Amino acid sequence: MMNTNKSKRGLGKVGMYALLLLFLVISIFPFYWMLVGSTNTSDKMFTSPPTLLPGSEFMTNLNNLDATVGIWRVLFNSLLVSGVYVVIALAVSATSAYAFAKYDFKGKNVIFTIFILSMMIPYQATLIPLFQMMSSYNLLNTYFALIAPQLCYPFAIFLMRQNFAAFPTELMESARLDGASELKIFMKIVLPSMKPALAATSIFLFMFQWNNFMWPLVAITSQDMYTFPVALSTLNGVSFTDYGQVMVGITIATIPIMIFFLVLQRHFISGMLGSAIK
Amino acid sequence: MKQSKKFPYLFIAPAVILFIVFTAYPIIASLYLSFQTYEGGSYSFAGLSNYTRLLEDSIFWKALGNTFIIFILQVPIMLLMAMALASVLNSQLLKLKGFFRVSFFLPAVTSLVAYSLLFSIILQDNGILNTLLNAIGIENIPWLSDPFWAKISIVMAMMWRWTGYNMIIFLAALQNIPDHMYEAASIDGAGKIRQFFSITIPNLKPIILFAGILSTIGTLQLFDEPFNLTQGGPADSTMTLGLYIYENGFEYFDFSYGSAVAYVVVVLVAILSYFQFKVTGEKS
Repeated sequence: MMNTNKSKRGLGKVGMYALLLLFLVISIFPFYWMLVGSTNTSDKMFTSPPTLLPGSEFMTNLNNLDATVGIWRVLFNSLLVSGVYVVIALAVSATSAYAFAKYDFKGKNVIFTIFILSMMIPYQATLIPLFQMMSSYNLLNTYFALIAPQLCYPFAIFLMRQNFAAFPTELMESARLDGASELKIFMKIVLPSMKPALAATSIFLFMFQWNNFMWPLVAITSQDMYTFPVALSTLNGVSFTDYGQVMVGITIATIPIMIFFLVLQRHFISGMLGSAIK
Repeated sequence: MKQSKKFPYLFIAPAVILFIVFTAYPIIASLYLSFQTYEGGSYSFAGLSNYTRLLEDSIFWKALGNTFIIFILQVPIMLLMAMALASVLNSQLLKLKGFFRVSFFLPAVTSLVAYSLLFSIILQDNGILNTLLNAIGIENIPWLSDPFWAKISIVMAMMWRWTGYNMIIFLAALQNIPDHMYEAASIDGAGKIRQFFSITIPNLKPIILFAGILSTIGTLQLFDEPFNLTQGGPADSTMTLGLYIYENGFEYFDFSYGSAVAYVVVVLVAILSYFQFKVTGEKS
């Protein structure tokens, strides 16, 4: 009796590890293939039997990629747009979230409800009027057009508000009695204790902007303004595609974020899921 | 609470102004635009003509159908897989939990365009997946060149990208289920599978709803994947509503019609989210 139970459990465990191992291979293999592809010539990705080891063509592929889309300029654009966006959007979310969480004012509930409801409206419903707006002010092909539209990101406000709500109001009251101004209370007392929430929200905002594709695709037509997703997407679909270049592009778009993720796992996961869940 | 009256208004002002200009105005303008038509250099009121045109537009129906097929194949299977993985990773006995968790989440940090392109290379006729399948005796599968398989390719790619993400959501929720519920159930003689359906699933209801709504909104707006992986083809077999909005708006520059399609998506998201609320039976 004991024995069969034990071997049954042992079998269950083997099955469990087998399942995990299978998923592990599926999760990781595309990344490995990306490395193989970026270090080999294009045709090596389509040979049979397959070339399963990294080669030595990375620099050649990189130079070709740079010649095609000016990859350093693209990297610069993406970093600049994402970086500036995160700083401003974080300030906008933190200030409004703080007001929503800690103050009573007329219209508060109405405004907050509108913000929350707007999260249900697909981004695509705003695309055409945004394009017309930017076009009529001659703002297409500018950093402004890439950065401005989603600076008020209701989900980020929602996340920050949850965190501010948990901050003890008594601490604010006692600072008020000591004569501190409202701004000082926010900057010196509340914000410093919000670092994990700020980090998670920053990561959420950064990932949104770094990956943002549809809007940049319509707002940007000149190559020197391309962001990473737009530049990568233009590599595809021409009659002859040099997949070595594409793989290098994918690698450069992926590896830094991955390292960033591995270093900051906890913040990253709570940022990407929305810290509503911890 | 007694404080300076102006202060909170100053603090919400930037968000409110940005919201009005870049979110509220476009949402309303696009609804307005969907009732207009562009003729002879200017817009004029056109009533429901864009919407009636939709009813007779076979590509629109195809896009709608494709979106639903992808939705129905992808979301339930992915959520089930995510839940199974989460349950396994939540088991006390398992070693290397952290390692597996991170590895499964890794696809979720790649950009949508990057992974779509990566899959477009892997799934070519003579790409690595077919080569590996050949090695175990399976003949080439026309992943990207056959209408049926092209949809499957999109579904597979999306599962690769999102299963780990949803797994982490479920894992966080599983860790909040108290152990004594399982202990009581096993004393009562309930097996693992029984426990999964009578304890795990009911406890995860709100979080399943959350993940379900996120996936619904995501799938209805599907754009990056079909644009980069299949270009909507072959023969519109992976045309989605998102892609069709883009085509009408920015290839044919028919802004009014594109807006009408966008509003169909708005209404669908609202209906499906409502439906999910009902089915999962959440009061809050």
